[in-house]
Amino acid sequence: MTSIVACKKLWTVLLLATFVCIWFPAGAGAGELKIAAAADLTFAFKDVGAQFVKQSGNTLELTYGSSGNFFAQIQNGAPFDLFFSADIGYPQKLDAAGLAEPGTIYEYASGKLVMWVPNASKLGLSRGLATLLDPSIRKIAIANPQHAPYGVAAVAAMRHDGIYDKVKSKLVLGENISQTAQFVESGNADVGLLALSLAVAPAMKDKGRYVEIPADDYPPIIQAAVILKSSRNKELANQFLKFLKQPGTVALMERYGFSIPKDVAAQHGKMSAPQ
Amino acid sequence: MDWSAIFLTLRLALVVCSTLLIVGTPIALWLSFTRWRWKFFVESIVALPLVLPPTVLGFYVLVAMGSNSPIGRWYQSFTGHGLPFTFEGLAIASVIYSLPFTVQPMAAAFSQVDRNLINASAILGASRIRTFMRVVLPLSIGGVVTGFVLSFAHTLGEFGVVLMVGGNIPGVTRTISIAIYDQTQALDYAGANRMALLLLAFAFVTLSITYSLNRRVWAVWPMSR
Repeated sequence: MTSIVACKKLWTVLLLATFVCIWFPAGAGAGELKIAAAADLTFAFKDVGAQFVKQSGNTLELTYGSSGNFFAQIQNGAPFDLFFSADIGYPQKLDAAGLAEPGTIYEYASGKLVMWVPNASKLGLSRGLATLLDPSIRKIAIANPQHAPYGVAAVAAMRHDGIYDKVKSKLVLGENISQTAQFVESGNADVGLLALSLAVAPAMKDKGRYVEIPADDYPPIIQAAVILKSSRNKELANQFLKFLKQPGTVALMERYGFSIPKDVAAQHGKMSAPQ
Repeated sequence: MDWSAIFLTLRLALVVCSTLLIVGTPIALWLSFTRWRWKFFVESIVALPLVLPPTVLGFYVLVAMGSNSPIGRWYQSFTGHGLPFTFEGLAIASVIYSLPFTVQPMAAAFSQVDRNLINASAILGASRIRTFMRVVLPLSIGGVVTGFVLSFAHTLGEFGVVLMVGGNIPGVTRTISIAIYDQTQALDYAGANRMALLLLAFAFVTLSITYSLNRRVWAVWPMSR
């Protein structure tokens, strides 16, 4: 008999728990800004975000991933307020599809591609991408060129140097540039083509060496942000974009290896001139 | 420790398991008592998530829930927002994904119940529901608890479906396993390790409970029969 009573109690408790769970949603409040950020911002935005939270008192929810994936998710209705793409193409497509708030596309930085090896590696980097032809290399990590802008740049650079076909079989594809960094940081790949912003981040900079790939070897990685039409926090999103243009934030982004667009740098000059 | 991910995951698992008890019990009962010759088709459909790659399931659920499908449109006109990348969408996908983990242990336990007892109960005038509550359920409670615990554990650890259907939105769809994936990518191995240990410990405890329940003597509450 005790087990029958136990059964009934179990059912009652479960039903109650379900209703409580469904009707009292946990997590995200209304006043927080949801940002989808390209994976090369993983470390830079940790600092930038913390500064913004301190200055504005608002909270941020940051999700990192590959720009192409975010683009697909946003088309399917993902509830972000702001989208920081590593490639201006995706925000432009969102704009064309009517999913972006008109006139809000902002080129916040341009990224640089580097070749990175762990400290323990014996590879010399002075020959540039030709290093990748070294027979001791078994795996080369790049981001997936189908949806990650740094992957596109990596493939373009290798093609430019005429080595793509020779190393193609050694490529391992990270889902985004941050996972690509993890592949090589963990020693599972011998060398990686990464974003400069990851190579200079505290989590990586003491663990390996890198050399910048000449900017002429690949199409420029112009990174742009856009406010999404579906956002319920457009004012706060705008505030965040303005915050990015402040001299302090610009300097912080530059420390993470991003080149800041000229017009913002010019504003920066104007703003600091009277001081 | 990413507490919002932990609470979210627990909440998801609880919602999914409770829904599965309600949805899965009739299916399990039907499977154990029907003599329909095409029953194996239904059995295959229920077991499908066991062998189906999570990305396949995730893909179809995403397409089915998207704004281009009738279901997605109906839901959108009803609530004003789409199902993908929401907690509700994640819960629906997880219910489908964990269905066999609830239904199979339950169905196995139900069919072990002595038919004579069920017949006796019917002859004595008890309704079907009363017979179920008073005879079948108490005799197969081990299977029901196993089904609940297994689907709970399965939901806690699911990854592929969550990534496909949920995206990765903090506090809404970023579950523990997604958080581990994120922390690994951000080279936060210490953080990833803490969360992973939590899941490892939980999986072990879950399996221990399940196996102890399936012993003749109930080891958790060692009562003598």
